[in-house]
Amino acid sequence: MTEALLRVKDLSVAFNHGDKVVNSINFEVFSGETFALVGESGSGKSITALSVMRLLPENARLKATEICLADENLLAIPEIDFCNIRGRRIGMIFQDPMASLNPVMTIGDQIAEVLELHFSMSRQEIADRVLKLLKQVEIPEPERKFRDYPHQLSGGQRQRIMIAIALAAEPNLLIADEPTTALDVTIQKQILELLNRIQKQNNMALWLISHDLALVSNLADRVAVMQKGEIVEAAPTDVFFSQPKHPYTKKLLAALPSMESCLNRPLKEQQPLLKLKDFKVYYPIRKGIFKRVVGYVRAVDGVSFELQQGKTLALVGESGCGKTTLGKGLLGLIPGASGEVWFEGALLNQLSGNELRLKRSEIQIVFQDPFSSMNPRMLVGEIIDEGIRALHPEVTALDRKKRVENLLRQVDLPMEAANRYPHEFSGGQRQRICIARALAVNPKLIVCDEPTSALDVSVQAQIIELLKSLQKDQGLSYLFITHNIAVVAEIADDVAVMNKGKIVEYGKVEQVLKTPNHEYTKTLLSAVPILNMN
Amino acid sequence: MIVLWTDGLLFLLVLMIVSLGFYLRGKEHLQRPLAKIKSSRAGMVALVVLFFFVIIGLMDSIHFKLANDKTNEVISLLDYWATPIREQQEKSYSAPFSAYLYSKELIRSEDGVQRWTYSRLKYGGRHLINPETEKTQDIAKKAALGFVKGAALFGFVFFLLWGLRKQQNKVLLPNKTSKAVWLTTFVMVSGSYTLIDLSTWYHVLGTDKVGEDVFYQTVKSIRTGLVIGTLTTLIMLPLAIVFGILAGFFRGWVDDVIQYIYTTLNSIPSVLLIAASILMVQVYMANNEDQFTNLVVRADMRLFFLCLILGVTSWTGLCRLLRAETMKLREMEYVQAAQALGVRRRIILIRHILPNVMHIVLISVVLDFSSLVLAEAVLSYINIGVDPTTYSWGNMINGARLEMAREPIVWWSLLASFLFMFSLVLAANIFADTVRDAFDPRRANND
Repeated sequence: MTEALLRVKDLSVAFNHGDKVVNSINFEVFSGETFALVGESGSGKSITALSVMRLLPENARLKATEICLADENLLAIPEIDFCNIRGRRIGMIFQDPMASLNPVMTIGDQIAEVLELHFSMSRQEIADRVLKLLKQVEIPEPERKFRDYPHQLSGGQRQRIMIAIALAAEPNLLIADEPTTALDVTIQKQILELLNRIQKQNNMALWLISHDLALVSNLADRVAVMQKGEIVEAAPTDVFFSQPKHPYTKKLLAALPSMESCLNRPLKEQQPLLKLKDFKVYYPIRKGIFKRVVGYVRAVDGVSFELQQGKTLALVGESGCGKTTLGKGLLGLIPGASGEVWFEGALLNQLSGNELRLKRSEIQIVFQDPFSSMNPRMLVGEIIDEGIRALHPEVTALDRKKRVENLLRQVDLPMEAANRYPHEFSGGQRQRICIARALAVNPKLIVCDEPTSALDVSVQAQIIELLKSLQKDQGLSYLFITHNIAVVAEIADDVAVMNKGKIVEYGKVEQVLKTPNHEYTKTLLSAVPILNMN
Repeated sequence: MIVLWTDGLLFLLVLMIVSLGFYLRGKEHLQRPLAKIKSSRAGMVALVVLFFFVIIGLMDSIHFKLANDKTNEVISLLDYWATPIREQQEKSYSAPFSAYLYSKELIRSEDGVQRWTYSRLKYGGRHLINPETEKTQDIAKKAALGFVKGAALFGFVFFLLWGLRKQQNKVLLPNKTSKAVWLTTFVMVSGSYTLIDLSTWYHVLGTDKVGEDVFYQTVKSIRTGLVIGTLTTLIMLPLAIVFGILAGFFRGWVDDVIQYIYTTLNSIPSVLLIAASILMVQVYMANNEDQFTNLVVRADMRLFFLCLILGVTSWTGLCRLLRAETMKLREMEYVQAAQALGVRRRIILIRHILPNVMHIVLISVVLDFSSLVLAEAVLSYINIGVDPTTYSWGNMINGARLEMAREPIVWWSLLASFLFMFSLVLAANIFADTVRDAFDPRRANND
């Protein structure tokens, strides 16, 4: 750690006509260290990485005094020679491994492509080198996987391939832009450990870009925080987390959900509101010319649980475990559900037609993606009062308007919001609108399907706070579907852990998080990155 | 006054658009998109051009018989005003602004000598004594005069409005867009005045094989183009939208039935269907001669049926697109949220699905507009298009096929129809683009 490998001075980036998204930032990355650039979405951290790689979009304007890679000024290199920098000396890993791999090329060819570009090797040498790389990124059976296409691999394996491609030309600096955001926690842990090992082996510099402070605290040597295009604080990891100086950093750290918050949650005993008994969602697999059913995909396979009034049940599991299917099946939004769903003493799936339509409105849903869950062509006011119009057509326009204003106040949005379109709001505000829409029909239960996973940490904390206070005021129950265990600790009374369509562990939050019984729960908990305060 | 089928439908369409405009005026949240259209320079200029075309088309859609006329001829308002050009028929081809025929012929001069030469036109440049020396100057003079007349008319209206605005303390030209709009109007008005003035003395776009003025022909073709482009769409849209959305939303047997209908319809060559139905109409008209007493009514019936059959055969493409888009939309979370709120399916279709597929409808309508005008040309080529007596760009292009094979070639028919068709389609494209951008809320803040 003597000479800086990458030195950036006074880097600013602006888009055509607009404010600077990156505003004269300075930083250095030393060889052999892990440097983490942390910030919320839109803070300019990815743009910073792209401007070093010279991969900015056409309409971006870059200004910098210096961008040096090992004493070579990158700004002075013409575009044609820059190809020898990209890949050869700086490697990059992107967030979404599926979008970064070419779906019609075998992974072996995709790795070999990099080698052919940067080295003059014989075919045999290339093949050997590809195999070695696959072994290095710990792909099982590399001789066979060599000829596989990206879709035949799992998400974690695809990201390993991306790492292999980035490493192929032995770069001095590896930029990892949110390398694990699209992956499950258990996979995330494996990938990060792999990155760490490889960095030590090759003695290269790792520049990690992330929004996750807990993750960074376990991995990085130095941390820099970006806010609105500026680096507000940079320090070695141990100093950074033990003595944060800037108010923004303090706010970020405070917003992190903590695992300890689940302790001493008061016990509320009430009558059950929702009761599931042997609930199943099967998708038929159809084959042949007559579309005969040859089997079933068991998305949800015999789930039973109870949810009391005014309480929160968290449904935890990794992607593909059936937790979202369970939530939607419960509301009757997808076909193929069977089993018993008792809601307020009525068997929900025996109702039909109008009765079901009215009863169903007592269970509402808030979706994960606040961008696709609102009709882009409707005003926010119309979106919120849609349920009232459908269920109580007798309510006058004026009363509806009052009700909408009331709801907007409840979710802390200004009255003017009613006359605007959803796209004019930020992710957190949109999620508030979705909550208001759900509240409009006075539901007793809200199914929250990963309501915070598309949001930044500080916004996530606000939404959780809002949900909690609504529960306190109105006695709502939540079925909270999430993969984020730390959030579970913040909000849940009970926890059900799901794996492959079945509930593997079910109990009080404190009991499940502190003394897990099932193997799967244990793996899941150990994979969660925990803020390392040294 | 005689109301033809297509006349009625065309005016109905205009009425619908006007009432839609009034309806939209009252809606508060639509003010912003409307203001955005108003502030778009290209869009408003295109609208002015479209407006000119529509005015001409509408003038050509008011048909009547002249009181003192014995020929049983039905003419339109446009024909009435263009009577000199309509009736000044030459012998054969003549080039634009020419005073002579395009090909040599044998003429006997006063002294009895037969000569093989270009003879003078009966009407084009008849006031010139020596065309070779006088023509250029004369054209310039006549053009300038026409231009001045047009400019004067424009100036009169402009200053009248300007004065009115001034009284209300408003400015007539507050921004660049309104300047561009007024400039376009000025160019269109004085340009058309120049052309009108010139065409009383010359054939500005030449004459065709039977000596008819090509400028008159292209102007008359505007109506045919508008009718084919709009009426066909009007017939096609309800079919495509209703079937497409129902198939995509309900899936199951509804989807199967609709898919069977359109695959069946698609596998019959549409030319065959069109030919069959046009023949049927002709047979019907031959059997009921008392109902179709004159040429114009017959030609109009054929045009109407062409629109109908084109509409019935061309909805499948858009239907398929809409079905796919609806299938995508029904899985969107806002549709599921509406279901969870207990909204009825009928309302989900109208409120959530329909507005979100409208951009596809708008784009394909504009694209179809141009392809329909072209389809008409192709159909005229195999004699199952509009009636040969109907003026249409298709008929003109069809005729140009032989003219292009001549030596020296006759290029003005093709050029004239191309220019008019091009400007109509371009204006429609640009305006539709503006409308789509303005009504797409996701783009509202981008520029």
